[in-house]
Amino acid sequence: MKKPLLQVRGLHVEAGGNPILTGIDLELYPGEVHAIMGPNGSGKSTLAHVLAGRDGYTVTAGDVLYDGKPLLDLEPEIRAREGVFLAFQYPVEIPGVNNTYFLKAALNAVRKHRAESELDAMDFLALVREKMKLLEMDDSLLGRPVNEGFSGGEKKRNEILQMALLEPRLAILDETDSGLDIDALRIVARGVEAMRNAERTILVVTHYQRLLDYIVPDYVHVLSRGRIAKSGDKDLALQLEEKGYAWIDAETAERTR
Amino acid sequence: MIRISDDRDVFQARFDEVERQANANGSAWFEPRRREAMASFASLGWPSSRQEAWRHFDAGPLRRTTFRYVHDPERVRIGREALAQFQVHCLPGAQLVFVDGYFEPALSTARALPPTVFASDLASAIGHHRALLEAHLARHASFATQPFVALNTALLHDGACVHVPRGVVVKDPIHVLYLSTGARGPTVSHPRTIVLLDEQAQLTLVEDFVSLGNEVHFTNPVSEIVLGRGAVLDYYKLQRESKSALHVGALEVAQAADSNFRSTSIAFGGSRTRNDLRCVLNGEGSSCSLHGLNVIGDHQMVDDFTTIVHAQPHGTSQELYKSILDGHAEGVFHGTVFVAKDAQKTSSRQVNRNLVLSKDALMNTKPELQIHADDVKCSHGATIGELEEDALFYLRTRGLDAKTARRILTYAFANDVLEHIQLEPLRKTVELDLFHFIPAGMGAKTPC
Repeated sequence: MKKPLLQVRGLHVEAGGNPILTGIDLELYPGEVHAIMGPNGSGKSTLAHVLAGRDGYTVTAGDVLYDGKPLLDLEPEIRAREGVFLAFQYPVEIPGVNNTYFLKAALNAVRKHRAESELDAMDFLALVREKMKLLEMDDSLLGRPVNEGFSGGEKKRNEILQMALLEPRLAILDETDSGLDIDALRIVARGVEAMRNAERTILVVTHYQRLLDYIVPDYVHVLSRGRIAKSGDKDLALQLEEKGYAWIDAETAERTR
Repeated sequence: MIRISDDRDVFQARFDEVERQANANGSAWFEPRRREAMASFASLGWPSSRQEAWRHFDAGPLRRTTFRYVHDPERVRIGREALAQFQVHCLPGAQLVFVDGYFEPALSTARALPPTVFASDLASAIGHHRALLEAHLARHASFATQPFVALNTALLHDGACVHVPRGVVVKDPIHVLYLSTGARGPTVSHPRTIVLLDEQAQLTLVEDFVSLGNEVHFTNPVSEIVLGRGAVLDYYKLQRESKSALHVGALEVAQAADSNFRSTSIAFGGSRTRNDLRCVLNGEGSSCSLHGLNVIGDHQMVDDFTTIVHAQPHGTSQELYKSILDGHAEGVFHGTVFVAKDAQKTSSRQVNRNLVLSKDALMNTKPELQIHADDVKCSHGATIGELEEDALFYLRTRGLDAKTARRILTYAFANDVLEHIQLEPLRKTVELDLFHFIPAGMGAKTPC
């Protein structure tokens, strides 16, 4: 029997003294694609960042197991090397750091951790060019500083390129669709779909259903006011698209009355 | 030996000594200027923090230390092997080496210089090339107003003297190495560099200051650079002296029309370093670009005082100075751009950015524009900041440990100044120094 890759159990998180997540339970198995949807301020991005290890959040209750082991005590880089990947909603621009240098350093840090040999410049370039082709990325993006002067679409593609290089076991996509036109969305989604396999778990955090036309989820969870208000299959996303988020809150209120 | 108790007497004694030798070595023509400079130093005195230009500079260590001159018979003889550690790997061109202020012909090499180019030691040039020097030596750097220029002018003995005649393009750089041995007590030297580029001449010059050991020494260099019409000089200054060294230097550049002066000043070393740089754009359409990178920690201090004077129309100036400060380091940037009434169509951009890696490090910045013309394009800006948390987190989520992430971002901060170093071997040397600095400097803020 398969074991869950990620277990979130009764997770409560505060930021600056304000409760953001108020009891999240999730179980993600290898090979599954889960979507977390919800209105602005529901805590979607907080969940993604807490899983990746960002400072500034306090876990007040609950825990998270990754591959059966506690995740939250690990430094962000250890999580990354163990296979947790976060595609940022707003990829950070790093002037002065060449994109190729960055991608190669990241890949080799992860490979070293996996006791794989580090790639030399030639092998790395061959690999990265192959992955870039799928994402229809221009070669010139390799020679530029990380994300600096990239268009919105180029930044998001650069995120998926990193995902393709690092081959994570758990990929968390934080609003990867935001700011993308339909063509860019298709390319990004195709990149993600190409990564989908029986071992990999993908958690798609999004406000809109649109992305889920291309990355079809196995499960959809609706986050509202810091907890999961409703779970279902891909049809739930369509319902949300049609009716908005208000009915979920109404239904939750009904249930708790 | 005469026992000298007060440092003013040390300088006065040296002055008397130099004057006595003047007739013998043919430098008598320069003596009136020397005397004026000595009188000026006596009346100006050491600068005090009450003077705006010296507000953050503590002259105390200079005032309190009794320095010593290395006399000819007691010169420290060093071999080429001792120099090896200071060589810029793969740097082509000529090299002039000075040890404790004395020219070392045996360690120097004038290979690859075109025959019409004059590159020699100033001590002999004063004696034999009065016609070349009289109009320029101590005619540009003002000893009347600047105490350390006065001190140098009164007591100068030797240094590099370079003249490139009209239209000559010197392909390979000239590397001037000023080495202080610090042997037998706190020594002092006053290196004097003079560089004259005639119309349309081109040259690359590196002035490099190093120490042999860790003893206290005081280096008081002054450089005068005169660019003829259309001349181009790529100038580099490296401050790589020991962390005990005191260094107060001044560079004065006089530019004729359409000339171009490009300077990069790099400081890793020194206990207290002061760099005055004054660039006067005297001719129409001349331009200068000044870059600086200071990478300091512990209790090091670097004080950059730059002045760009746009005296004529259509001038362009660009300035980018950056400091990386760790430990208890202190940095000062005081940059003035002055645009005279007649200097219409001037374009000037000045930027000072500073990265503070430790709570105890301190940066003072004062960018200043003084514009008296009405049709100009000038901007300036300054920032002081820490490494960006967002960028650190981003790199860590890609598997790079915190220490590596900090190294990468620190290096990246310096990168746009490094990019201006056109001399590839020199850039590599500076990059290596930077890499050596970064790991030691990372422990100060957060444990990694």
